Order: sequence, then structure tokens, then C-alpha cells
Amino acid sequence: MQEHDISWVRTEMALAQSAPRSEVGPAAWLRQNLFSTPVNAALTVLALLFVAWLLPQVLNWALFSAVWTGADRTACLNAEQGGPLPSGWSGACWAFVGAKFGQFMVGRYPVDERWRIYLTAVLFVVLLAPLLIPRAPFKRLNAILFFAVFPFVAFWLLLGGFLGLSYVETPLWGGLLVTLVISYVGIVTSLPLGVLLALGRRSKMPAVKLLSVVFIETVRGVPLVVVLFMASFMLPLFVPPGMSFDKLLRALIGVALFSSAYMAEVIRGGLQAIPKGQYEGADSLGLGYWQKMGLIVMPQALKLVIPGIVNTFIGMFKDTSLVLIISMFDLLGIVKQNLADSNWATPQTAKSGLIFAAVVFWIFCFGMSRYSQYMERRLDTGYRR
Amino acid sequence: MALQDAARPGGSERASWFYDPKVRGIVFQLVLLAVLALCLWWIVDNTIENLRRSNISTGFAFLRGRSGFDISDRLIDYSSDSTYGRALVVGMLNTVLVAASGIVTATILGFLIGVLRLSNNWLLRKLATVYVEIFRNIPPLLVIFFLYVGVLSLLPLPRDSYVLPFGSYLNSRGFYFPRFVWGDGSWLVAAGLGLGVVFSYFVARWARARQMATGQQFPVFRTSVLLILGLPLLGLAAAGFPLTIDFPQAGTFNMTGGFNVKPEFMSLYLALSIYTAAFIAEIVRAGIQGVPRGQTEAYSALGLRPRQGMRLVVIPQAMRIIIPPLTSQYLNLTKNSSLAVAIGFPDLYAIGGTILNQTGQAIEIVVIFGVIYLSISLLTSLFMNWFNAKMALRER
Amino acid sequence: MKKIFTGVLALGALGAAAGVASAGTLDDVKAKGFIQCGVNTSLSGFSAPDDKGEWKGLDVDFCRAVAAAVFGDGTKVKFTPLSAKDRFTALQSGEVDILSRNTTWTINRDTALGFNFAGVTYYDGQGFMINSKKLPGINSALQLSGASICVQSGTTTELNLADYFSANKMEYNPVVFEKFEEANAAYDAGRCDAYTTDQSGLYSVRLQTSSPDDHVVLPEIISKEPLGPAVRQGDDQWFDIVKWTYYALLDTEEAGITQANVEEMKNSANPDIKRMLGTEAETKIGTDLGLGNDWVVNIIKATGNYGEIFERNVGSGSPLKIARGINALWTKGGLQYGMPIR
Repeated sequence: MQEHDISWVRTEMALAQSAPRSEVGPAAWLRQNLFSTPVNAALTVLALLFVAWLLPQVLNWALFSAVWTGADRTACLNAEQGGPLPSGWSGACWAFVGAKFGQFMVGRYPVDERWRIYLTAVLFVVLLAPLLIPRAPFKRLNAILFFAVFPFVAFWLLLGGFLGLSYVETPLWGGLLVTLVISYVGIVTSLPLGVLLALGRRSKMPAVKLLSVVFIETVRGVPLVVVLFMASFMLPLFVPPGMSFDKLLRALIGVALFSSAYMAEVIRGGLQAIPKGQYEGADSLGLGYWQKMGLIVMPQALKLVIPGIVNTFIGMFKDTSLVLIISMFDLLGIVKQNLADSNWATPQTAKSGLIFAAVVFWIFCFGMSRYSQYMERRLDTGYRR
Repeated sequence: MALQDAARPGGSERASWFYDPKVRGIVFQLVLLAVLALCLWWIVDNTIENLRRSNISTGFAFLRGRSGFDISDRLIDYSSDSTYGRALVVGMLNTVLVAASGIVTATILGFLIGVLRLSNNWLLRKLATVYVEIFRNIPPLLVIFFLYVGVLSLLPLPRDSYVLPFGSYLNSRGFYFPRFVWGDGSWLVAAGLGLGVVFSYFVARWARARQMATGQQFPVFRTSVLLILGLPLLGLAAAGFPLTIDFPQAGTFNMTGGFNVKPEFMSLYLALSIYTAAFIAEIVRAGIQGVPRGQTEAYSALGLRPRQGMRLVVIPQAMRIIIPPLTSQYLNLTKNSSLAVAIGFPDLYAIGGTILNQTGQAIEIVVIFGVIYLSISLLTSLFMNWFNAKMALRER
Repeated sequence: MKKIFTGVLALGALGAAAGVASAGTLDDVKAKGFIQCGVNTSLSGFSAPDDKGEWKGLDVDFCRAVAAAVFGDGTKVKFTPLSAKDRFTALQSGEVDILSRNTTWTINRDTALGFNFAGVTYYDGQGFMINSKKLPGINSALQLSGASICVQSGTTTELNLADYFSANKMEYNPVVFEKFEEANAAYDAGRCDAYTTDQSGLYSVRLQTSSPDDHVVLPEIISKEPLGPAVRQGDDQWFDIVKWTYYALLDTEEAGITQANVEEMKNSANPDIKRMLGTEAETKIGTDLGLGNDWVVNIIKATGNYGEIFERNVGSGSPLKIARGINALWTKGGLQYGMPIR
């Protein structure tokens, strides 16, 4: 055993060595993420084969072989079906979507009056965009304009009939316009109704509590089509003879009732998460019930459940497509209706039309869900590790 | 403040009853009930008036009337001579069938994709994400339409059916496969199955008790499979194989014989499964991620392999997070089954609508819808709550 | 507190107001300025919107005729497209004033559903259509045993179909759709071997298929389908107006009054024609009905007589090319018989 000089202490940092070759670079990434075990490698190969089989077909159908322009069905028929395209051709018939685009967007709304829809759409975007950006100023004014003033302006612009605009009856409305109108009204009405119902369900007054529970559970227990069916067929029986509701209005009532029950449950979740101390604190300050709820509890509870609220919105947006079952023509309804047009009847029409509708719905829903995730991250400051 | 106090003459100890929250609460509730009763009375009065004016009878007597229409998908005997009541039962069973099979498939698919979302294989993870993001963000009705159009346009006419193994065929009229026709003595098979299930239950109980006591494990799963499959087979042999197989054959128009799953059912069932699986996948992912990392580290420290650890440590804990949202997905799937009406599958809603059209009993039909859908929802919730209670954390 | 009480009072007042009986349909219609007419969503020849969104068809023209009788203007009518399932509730609830949607007159609908049928604007019968290219050799409905048959739910067609097959001891698979368009699309996609509906409807559906020439309508007619406009029970005045509009369309055809010659005919010396067109002195026919005395003139100016409506929409002037057959006037061997306007 030899004695070492143990008083030696290293005075400068050792030079950092680069990571081993096997741990960096594309090869390592591949090995770690795709071929870590034999099973994984086999799965990767299978998945690759699947993608290689599917992707070219999809791209070819949707883009490379697709027909983009054409006057009628012959543009989308191949030689065997009596059209100009080579035999065996199969591709999307976007010409159909192009020809019907106006209808898909606004239904049979008179062409000369369509500027009103575009104006409403611009107003909607101008008011909504700053509301969604957390840093934009004038939030309160903006919210008032969007939730309280905009509905009336939009009502006037879209329906007309007074102040110099001609009346456009709702049976002429259709397409994305109806989808957006129903979702917007559903969102704007279900939030306050949902808050009231959630408060009712947690109320200490037995009658209020019972009524809220019965309403929420009944509506949540039956499918939306049954609620729409009721709104559509029973409502006219409930009012005096001669009084009649617009069909769109009936659908709106149905959707609003339905979504407020779901909203109530989401908000109740938020209310339950607020510690008892907050309620007691508010009581000790001498606040009344509505002050306590409005100033202390609700702002915290709503903030907690923003993701849930947005998810309910997404659900509602998708659910608007069900009005097709009560013979109303929202985006999906009007696409379905146009599939019956014999001028465009080809084997590819149905697929093209439905995929177009799917893409539109997807863009809206995906956008909303991404925004909700963004808000979740922004608000979720307390729990991050 | 002082001024105000001074202004109050007498300065009574108790505030006026007007400010007593209890009294206010009671008055408010009374007023609310009165308003509701008034509304209700108004609605009922109008409805009676409207019904009287258009000469519509009320009551559920119509359920005993002859329906007169045929239903192609049915689980029980039914013909156009059956009653409206029976037609509704046929519809209800169809709803339950589609919901139950959809729930099973959606759960399996959803768990698979949820686990893939957390896989350490980058490609599979991305594919699962694409699946979830596509199907979560389009309306279920669109998925149903798309599958229906796809099914109808891809499948050939009956005369050039795809021939599948085991005497099955696939064509635009549906999926045909052989049907077992049970002869005399088949009760032995059923009895074997019953016994197998009962035995497996007791074996599982015994094995658990033994493991608790001694720590020794017993291959419960393999034993159960053997029991549940073996005993019926034994019964079959004992009865002398009273089994004939009815193969589908080509008829003039359609295949005859065998068992036929119609395209309407297929597309509805597939669409509901695919759509709901996307949501279940997200729930499963969140559930597994919700189990603290320490648990994974702990089972590794105990020397469990990842697969064992997943099964014995992570999944049981994740289930507690998963079950409540899973329940609401099951309820959603059941409710979405009413979209069957759009592609002509005779579920409860579709048949109820037809009956409404023939009899004009709008209110009664809506009441029936409400009662049946609510009961189905309630039963599903009850079952899931029981399951949830079983899986809940048991503190010792 | 005060607020709540006022609210209750207001609601009570609303409840009381509900007790006030509503006026008849004619007054309601006059007050709102147009007739709400329930029609088929898309059945070319009977009611379908054209390229410009204008409603066209025999059922549509009937509603225009009623509007012309009431307002003297055939355009004062709005159309509500209804599915087979929606149609009766829509009429019962007052959403529409007339249901003119190729609806079969049956006793059940007359009694249990609470309607009154004003007449038969088209005598029809149920038939079958098949794709002769895919099913060569089928030329009778009796050969359809075992077939899948597309049908619209909630129609008399669905019931007749069940009766016909059970009476002939044949098996079939009903494929039932709620909407006409969906049944058409499924038939066209090959989901069913045969399609069944009223024969007039079959001709219209055939035009909508991707290859109309491949489809043939089988000769059997398995039911009586008298199609006509219906109104709610309990409003005799409105029922009379709709009923006599129908008779007026027939009587004018019989008298040879057309859209083109109605102005000349006003000068006719024929007492029948004078009575019909309200040119008779001191006539009360129109006012007794609650309309103007020139109601028939207005109808004919707006739509023409029954023969003109028929030829324009479903007959020789249309792509459907349906022969008059039993829908000819009784004087020409058909069933259309207008009660005398006297």
C-alpha cells in the first residue's frame, strides 16, 4: 500500500465530455423512440407499413386525383360511369363543394342581402379576437359589447325587418350560419342559466334544490334529439292556439336548455372545489348571498372550470349538427340535402361533401380545444411542480 | 355609521322579520313554487285545449293497438300484427344492444389507444394522437353518415359478396355468418357455462385468500378460462353434440339463413365505438398520468417488472381517476345511439317516431322516451357507481 | 319583494289571457298576411324547390290556389318542408295552416289524428321500382320474396307493404328511412333491391337516381292512395275554403276556363260560368265563404285550373310525363268530380 498525497484538490472544472455517440444524434433518437425493444421495433415497422399504405391513398384521393372545377356531375365521373376521367379514377369531387359553397355557408339566404352576414361575421371576429387574447386591454367593455350588445346588432343584421333592413325569414337561413347562430346563442344563454342552476343545486332551500336537481338530471338523462323533439313538437302544444314559434327559435330553446344542464354540472364542480373558508370569509365581511357569490366564489370557481366550460362549448358546437334530425339545415344538414341533388349525383359526391363538413367542424372544435389548453396552462399556476 | 345608528329609533335588538334569512328563504321558495305551478297550470291548460280542439285522445291505450309495420332488426319475435307496445320493446332492446356492444368495443379500443398515447414508441404515440384529435373534434352524426356511406359504397352486391373464412360473407346487405342451431340436450352446455362461471368465482376467492395468508400465487386466469370453456364443451360432448350449423346461402336477392348483421347496425355500432374511444383514450391517458411518479419508482424498487407494476400498482390506482368520467362517456354513447334514426336503424327513438306519426300521441311518446332513456342512464350510473365503490381506495 | 309580486301578477294576467279563445284560421291567416303551407321536402312534380329556391309542384300550386282565393294573390304563401314524421304534428300544433304534402286520406288520420281532408288532388296507388340492370328477369312484385325493400317510415306505404307481403306469404327485409332523400340515396347505392312508394313518387325518384333508364316501375299497384290536402278539425270555415278551392279548380276545368281565357270568360253569358266567376248580379257565393266574390277568378289567374296544374307539374309539360289516367275529369272517364258551385 502506497501512501497517496490526498491533499490534492482539483482547482478547475473538468472539461465537459460530449455524450456517448450512442446517446445523441438521429440514430440514438431512432433507437430510443422507435426501436428500443424487439417488440417496439416490430410495432414500428407495422405502423410504418400502415402509414405507407394509407397516406398515399388519402393524399391521392383528396389532392392529386381530385377534381377542382366543373359545371355538373359529368366532371366527376370516370370512363366506366360515362364521364371524361380515365377509367378506374377515384378522387374527391371538390367541384361539388365549390358549386355549393355559398349554400353550405349561408343556406338560401338571398344573395343581395348576404353582405349583412359578412358584416356580422366581421363584427364577431373583431369583438371576439381581443377577448381571447389575455393581454388585450378593455376586457370589461369588450365583454359587454360581445355578450350584451352584439346579440342585438346581429339579430337586427341577420333577421332585419326594421330600421331599414328587409326581413329575411329564418327558413331561408342555413349552413354554417345556422350552426354558428345556434352555438353562439347556446353559449351565451347556457352560461348564466348554468350558473343559476348550479347555485340552485347547492342551495340550502329544499324546493330550489329539488327543482334544480330534477331539471338537471332529467335533461342530462335523455338524448339531445329527444329534447329537440320536445322543443320542436311539444312547445306549440304548450302555448295558446294561434301563438307560434319560429322553428329556429324552438331549436335554440332546446339547445339552450340542454347545454345549461351540462354547464350547471361543470360549474358545480368548480363550486365544490372552493374551500369553505372562502364562503365563511365572505360571510364574515357581511356580504349578502349574491355579493358573496358574485364577488368571491364565482370568480374563483369559474376560473377553475374554464377547461370544462370550453369542452361543453365544443360538445354543443358538435351537437348543433343534430338539428338536422328535426329537418333544419345546419352545415351538416345542408350538405346532406345537397347530396340528393341529381345534378351532382356521383359515387364521389357523398364522400367529398361529408369530408368538407368534417373539416369545417374539425377546424372550429380543434381551435377551441387548443385555446382551452392554452388557457389551462396560463391559469394553472399553483400546481406546477 | 354613527349617524345611521342614531337615526334608527329604538335600536331594537332583533332585526325586522323581513331581514331574517330563514323567513326570506321560505317566502322565496313559496313564490318560486307558486310561479312554477302557475306556469305548469298554464301549459297544461293550453295543451288540453289544443288537444281538445284537434280531437286527439290521450292516454296510453294506444299501446295495445296493432302496429301494422315491420321491423327488420329485432331481438324478439315481432310482426306487423304485434302491438305498438311490443314495437317499442323491440326498439328499446335495439337501443340497449347497440349501446352495450358499443360500450364494450369503445372501452377496449379506448384503453388500447390511451395506452398507445403514453407509449415510448414515438410513431405509435403520434398515430394515437392523430386518431384522438380527429375523432374528438367532429360530430358523431358525421362519423355515422360517413361510415354508412363508406360501408354502402365499398361493399359489393350480394351476388359478388366477399367470401370470408368459416362460411361468412360480407356484402352491401350486411355481414352474414353461420348460426348455431341448438338441438335437444343443449341445456347441458348452458349448465356447463353456468358452473364454469361459478367455479371460477370461487377459485378466484380462494386464491386471493390463500395469497393473503401465505403469499403464494395461483394461476387464476388460466384456471378460469379452462373452467369456462371446458365445462360447456364437456356438456356438449355428454349430450352427444346436439348442434347443427345454419350456413348462409345465396338466395334470389339476399343471402338466406345464417346470422345477418345489417349495414345500419354495423355503421352505427362502429361509429359510436370509434367516436367514444377517442374520449375514453384521453380519460385513460389522464388517469395513468394522474398516478404519481413515485408509485412507478416504488414498484421498480420492489423489483416488479414494468408489466407487473402496471397491472398491480398503476392501473388499480388509475381506475379511480378513470371511472367517473368513463361513466359519463358510457351515458353519452347510450344517448348518441338515438342518432340511429339518421341512417334507418330501428332504435327506440326511430320506432317511437313512427308510432307517433301513426297515432299522433306526441305527449305520451315523449313521456315514454323520457322514462326509458332515464332508466337506462340510471341503471348504467348505478352499475358504474357500484364498480367505482369496489375500486375505491380501501383504507385499512 | 314588490318586484316579485308584480311578476306574479303579470304571470297571472298572462295565464288569464290564455283563456281567451283564438279566432278561426281564416282570421289568423288574414292577420298574418300569408298562408303557411306544409309540403314535402323534395318530391319533384309535387313539391320541390327549383334551382332558384322557388317551390314548384302540384301540392305547392294547390296552396297557391288557396292563397289566391283568400288574398287574391297566389304568392302570399310560405312553405314549410316537412318529413313524413313531422307533418302531422306540424298541422296539429298550428305550425302550418294546410298540409299539402302528398298525404293519403285514411280514416285514422281523419278521426284519431283530428284532421279533415278537403279532397283528393291526386289519385295514386303504391307500386315498386327495381333496377332492371342489376335484377334482370324480375317483372312482377310477386317475385320480390326475400328482397330488401327501401321505404319511408311513418307512411301508409310502410303499412301497405307489410300487409301486401304477409297477404302473399312472402318474406322481405324492410329498410326504413325517416327522410325521403335518405331512402332514395340508399336505394341508389344498392342497399335495397326494390323501392316502394306511391307510383307518382316512383317516377319522381327515378329521375333522381344516377341512371334513370336502368330503373323500371313494376306493374302491380298494391293499394289505394288518395292524396289530398288536410286541415285541422274543428274549423269548418277554413275547411270549406280549402275544399271549395279544390272544387273550383275542377269545375273551371270542366267549364273550360283557363288561365289564358279567364278575363274573356267573365263576359260569358253562360249562367254557370257567371256564377262561378262571381259576375252574377247580387251574388253571395264568395262572401258566404268568407272571401271576395272574385275568388275563383283569382285562383285561375294564379295557378290555372286543375288540368293546367296537372300538366305543368306532373303531366306532359314536366319531366315526369305521367298520364292523366284516373285523375282525368269524370266527364273523360276519370275520378275527378267537382261539386257544383251554386
